[in-house]
Order: sequence, then C-alpha cells, then structure tokens
Amino acid sequence: MALNDFINKIFGKDDKTAKAVAKDRLRVVLMHDRAAIPAPVMEELRRELMAVLSKYVDIDETASVTLEDYEDAVALVANVPIRRNRLSTPVNRA
Amino acid sequence: MADNTGRVIVITSGKGGVGKTTTTANLGMALAAMGEKVALLDADIGLRNLDLALGLENRIVYDIVDVVEGRADFKKALIKDKRNQNLALLPAAQTRDKSAVSPDQMRKVVADLLGDGFTFILIDCPAGIEQGFKNAVAGATEALLVTNPEMSSVRDADRIVGMLEAEGLHNPMLIVNRIRPKMVKNQEMLAVEDVQEVLGTNVKLIGVVPDDEMIITSTNRGEPVSMTEGSLAGQAYRNIAKRLKGDENVPFLDLDDKTTFFGRLKKLFASS
Repeated sequence: MALNDFINKIFGKDDKTAKAVAKDRLRVVLMHDRAAIPAPVMEELRRELMAVLSKYVDIDETASVTLEDYEDAVALVANVPIRRNRLSTPVNRA
Repeated sequence: MADNTGRVIVITSGKGGVGKTTTTANLGMALAAMGEKVALLDADIGLRNLDLALGLENRIVYDIVDVVEGRADFKKALIKDKRNQNLALLPAAQTRDKSAVSPDQMRKVVADLLGDGFTFILIDCPAGIEQGFKNAVAGATEALLVTNPEMSSVRDADRIVGMLEAEGLHNPMLIVNRIRPKMVKNQEMLAVEDVQEVLGTNVKLIGVVPDDEMIITSTNRGEPVSMTEGSLAGQAYRNIAKRLKGDENVPFLDLDDKTTFFGRLKKLFASS
C-alpha cells in the first residue's frame, strides 16, 4: 500500500497533493459558510422548491439543489430533470 | 476623531494562535523605528499578552480598565518603551473579562490617544467573534487580518471578513503568517496565492511572514524580531510597516530560494 503510493507519487499518478486537497476542502467549506444555509434548511428549501416546480412540470425525484462556486460568488444551483411538460394541463391554484 | 490624521488599525484573525500579538508588537516597533508615534492597545482583556511580546510586563501599573473606569488618566496608564520613546503600550487588564469595556468606552480611549498626537494606534484584538472582537473593532477605521496558510485559520479569517464588513470595515489588509517555503515548494502547504484566491478580492495582501525560529527566541527575550537585522521575519515586518505607511514599491520577500543558505544570505543583504 505504502509502496504503491510511493510509486504513484514518483510517476505523478498521485491524484492530489496535500496542498490541492486543502484548497479544495477549503473552497467547499467556505462556500457553505458564506451562504450560511444549514443543511436542514437546505433540505427544506429543496422540498419546497420541488413542490412548486411539480405543480407545473413532472419532475424527476433525483432533482438536487446545491450551492456552487460561481466566479467570486456563490450560486444556488437546482438540477431538475423534467420527465414531461405539464403546462398544457390547468393548474389548480386554490 | 475626524480632524485627526492618525490611523487606527485593528489586528484580528478569528482563530487564536496565528500571530496577532506578535504582529502587533513587531509592526508597532517597526513603525516607531520609522519615526511614527505609535500606541499599542491590548484589547484582549483577561488574557493579557502584548506586554510579554514587548518585554514590558514588569512596568504595568494601570491598565485599560483602570482608564475607562476613571482610576487613571490614559497618559498615566500608557507605558513608554525605553528602547524607543515613540512607542507606548496601553495594557489589557488581566483580572477582568471582555465585558469590562464597552465599544463606546473603546472609542473614547482611541479618540483620547489620537488627540494626544499618536499617528498609529494598533489594536490587538482577542481571538473569537464575541464581545471582545466587537470592542476591539469599535474604535478602528482599518483592519488587518492575520492568517496562517492552513485551513481552519483561513476559514476563520473568511468569517471575520464578513464580520468586519458588518462593522463598516471594508477591504481588510491581509498578512499571511508562518509560511514554510519548502513545504509550499513541495505542494504540501497552501501558497500565499492559494490563500488570496480562496479569500477573494476584497482582502488586500500587505505582507507575507515566513515561519522563523527567531520569533520564538525574540519573544522569549521580550524583543520583537523586527528589531533584529538578521531575521527574515523581522525584515518581513519592517517591509509591512513601510507598506502600511503607503510605500507600495516595497517588494515582497522572495521566499522561493530561501531553502539554500546562500540564497537566504543574498536576499538579506539585498534587502537591508
């Protein structure tokens, strides 16, 4: 195992340096710190967002809502696969 | 306060142990050596340490709490450094806690010091984000952030950037302290550029201080390393003092070839 790591390092196959790992971890943690949205709130946001979207379109259960680094800011990114457009059917707003 | 030209800079970090007190002592000493009239204010009430870094611990009679509670005039509480008459320390109280001083009282102390003709007031902020932090930043008009090239320190610094913003202190200056060039070269440690990139463009790099054993020996002696010619960290602090005074042409120490003895020697001679 250790020898394997050593050989990988020599041939440049070592996936990441300690510095690169630190930088990546820092980026992720700062993204969340800056957005300051706790995990349970994030989940709540996802559920409510899905509830609204599903009134209009038939969405896939695998939909995800994440915070991503966007240049110098943080973006809320919703990845929502749509199964079928439901816009033709009337929406009940009652 | 507005009609005075003195600068009031809070030295802060969020995380403890990254070098705030050492930075305050060294910049104070370096600025005083350049002819500035410098007051160092220890805002870490209950955990007094700036006196030790300066070697002034035996001369304390009154402290900042005595001043705000009216037992001593601020001029009486100030300790003048015998090595340099331009430098004075207003020590923290050791027996009280952070609630002993309010932000308004801190502003009053700072205004009095400015009125007395000090051109630089450096406030050594306690670690943390609670009342002690709020007191320390209250009288400041500029902020200097100290961080180490290490994850938890950078994370806390990022948090502090937001808190400073909330207190009206925008675009803090940044010192990356305890850089180990050899580890950076081997991709084992975050480089200064990485720290800058992660913290974003609203912090302005003003200095890089290498990890230097002489910091420990000089602190043990109560003599800030910026007084010592032969120390790379001392040179770094003197450079930061120049940049603080507005000299933007002071080059950053090239730490890359410091791992060879001759490279280190050459750089020291070139910079002095």
